[in-house]
Amino acid sequence: MIKSIEKQRNFIDFTLSSLWRRKGKNLALVMVYTLVVFSLASVMFFTQALKNEASLILEGAPEIIVQKLVAGRHDLIPLAYVQRLKAIRGVEDVKGRHWGYYFDPIGRATYTIMTTGAMSLNDNEIAVGAGISRVRQVFRGNTLLLRTFDGRPTSFLIKGVLSPESELLSSDLILMSATGFSRLFGVSPEVATDLAVTVLNKKEIPTIAAKIVDKNPDTRAITRNEIIRTYDAVFDWRGGIMIAILAGAVLAFLIFAWDKAAGLSAEEKREIGILKAIGWETADVLQMKFWEGMIVSLSSFLLGVILAYFHIFYGSATLFAPVLKGWATLYPDFRLTPFISGYQLAILFCFTVLPYTVATILPSWRAATIDPDVIMRT
Amino acid sequence: MIELKHIRKVFNEGLPNEYIAIHDLSLDIAAHQVTVLKGPSGSGKTTLLSLLGCMARPTAGRIMLAGREITSLPERFLTHIRRQTFGFIFQQYNLLKGISVIENVMLPAYPLGEPFSPLKQQAVKLLELFNLAHKAAAKVEWLSGGEAQRVAIARALVNHPAVIIADEPTAHLDTRLSREFMDIMGDFKAQGKTILIASHDPMVHESEVADRVVQMRDGRIIDAGVS
Amino acid sequence: MTLRKSDVFLLLTVSGMVLLAAILLQAHIVARGDLPFVRQEAEVVKNLGLTDLCLSTEARYTRHLSQADWHAAFQSHPMALDHFPSGSILGPPETLKTPHD
Repeated sequence: MIKSIEKQRNFIDFTLSSLWRRKGKNLALVMVYTLVVFSLASVMFFTQALKNEASLILEGAPEIIVQKLVAGRHDLIPLAYVQRLKAIRGVEDVKGRHWGYYFDPIGRATYTIMTTGAMSLNDNEIAVGAGISRVRQVFRGNTLLLRTFDGRPTSFLIKGVLSPESELLSSDLILMSATGFSRLFGVSPEVATDLAVTVLNKKEIPTIAAKIVDKNPDTRAITRNEIIRTYDAVFDWRGGIMIAILAGAVLAFLIFAWDKAAGLSAEEKREIGILKAIGWETADVLQMKFWEGMIVSLSSFLLGVILAYFHIFYGSATLFAPVLKGWATLYPDFRLTPFISGYQLAILFCFTVLPYTVATILPSWRAATIDPDVIMRT
Repeated sequence: MIELKHIRKVFNEGLPNEYIAIHDLSLDIAAHQVTVLKGPSGSGKTTLLSLLGCMARPTAGRIMLAGREITSLPERFLTHIRRQTFGFIFQQYNLLKGISVIENVMLPAYPLGEPFSPLKQQAVKLLELFNLAHKAAAKVEWLSGGEAQRVAIARALVNHPAVIIADEPTAHLDTRLSREFMDIMGDFKAQGKTILIASHDPMVHESEVADRVVQMRDGRIIDAGVS
Repeated sequence: MTLRKSDVFLLLTVSGMVLLAAILLQAHIVARGDLPFVRQEAEVVKNLGLTDLCLSTEARYTRHLSQADWHAAFQSHPMALDHFPSGSILGPPETLKTPHD
């Protein structure tokens, strides 16, 4: 046992000396490799953490959202539907939601305006999300000018700024009273944007959603599960585009590594011949080659993953955020809860360390089986 | 010590470029002696050396080492025996470029997994023997021809072999260094080692250190040189 | 006693692995510590009746990713999401950001 440990240490010694002979090239290799691992790991950590966070937070979302469709598009829903839905067995309660979009030319961003029963707001009071506060530099006590549907600028008093902890959800929100909402958008009090349905038995949600749509063919029902699954899919998919691009880079890199190893130069073949001649067995040569691959790939893996962790969870993912979050002018400032699983790391390991190590050993196999006396004959 | 019985070595057997290096050769090498294989290039000296040193297998015939037959041993055992018994000094020295002198010397012992410190000390002692200890950390490509050969000799000794095999050792050396080489071989003989040298250099086969000269031509022994 | 090269490598590698293990552990601990905040956010979701995170305010589906229309210009399938890929890499040119110029 001790002997085989000593043996491996010897091989590592030799491999390090051997790699150091071309230290410029090998250091560059490690750097590129680390960069590839760093990119892959960053994407993975980020998307998985967001996915995890979304599914935890959105557990509180309404069980079923019912929207009216007119000519295939989402339209305002008359409150008359409330009674109709309440009549369905299993439905506990139906409440109208009032929300809409407002494009602010000054902030050049789209805000979401909602009414809420959770805060008491006068007709001209609002609460704004932290992102809006940042973009427009407005705070509690300031006024915000909004243009109503018929072009009249109306002033609203900011009663408060929503908490920074909830930015991921509320950064772009303006909360106002129902009257304020009506005045701003010119919508009648008889309609809501959509309806939020609560259900007695959670297991019944899909059945009830089906019943709703069945009885009201001009609506569509979105269940909480579908919402959470959408986010799961989005973060996987968005990560996927990045990973597709990076996979291309990884593949190119592997092809390069294979090419470098496969075209075992005459010099390298000769050296293996010498090792065989001075008493190394085929297995010894292959173990040494294994270390050659492992030293480069393991170091790059560890470095890349550790850097990626700090980059995403402590460095606000500065390098990737714009790409992965995409499509937002007003972007929430939030701290991501770290979420790494051994599973993720194992996948990363299989995609990076294994292929490279194999790409280093396999091409040397043939040369390693060379007869020891060949070096004497040449 | 080493007995070859009716050895035949053919390269590329059955192929168009088939080449018979050694025809039906029998030879007994005595221990604690310096045996020189003499002959022109193509006479089969190098092939014979590789057979004697268990680096190659004969196409036909048997090889006995210290009374034990080794012809049909599997590669692993053969390599194991070879490592412990033989030290090779190649014609081209075959040191690894870019690697330090001392690491080159220690290389044959790496797969054995012996503790590192004693191995390093042993390597340093060997270098001291050849006045090269001060160059232990130098890269081999910076050495002169004579120094490189001495490193090659040191490397051949690192596993304490009983037999030293040298292939055309004086090919790249001047007269003085050639004489020095034979003196070193003489010292090893005095220590009880067995020496086998292949050379067509008269400085070698006419040296008083040589106990026996075997003449070869065209893959056959033409003079067994038994005294 | 001078360190062999392999000792240095093994030392560094083992430290790296220990660091990685520490990171995994720390991530786990921090995540646990964050749970109250996450629950708070779930409360906000419940109180306000929200259905989405606000990650895409300028997308075609604005901030309601989960309620996107079933049809859109850059969709492969009515049930799929918009995905014109350059949207996430390139922003629109400045001239498009100010309307009616």
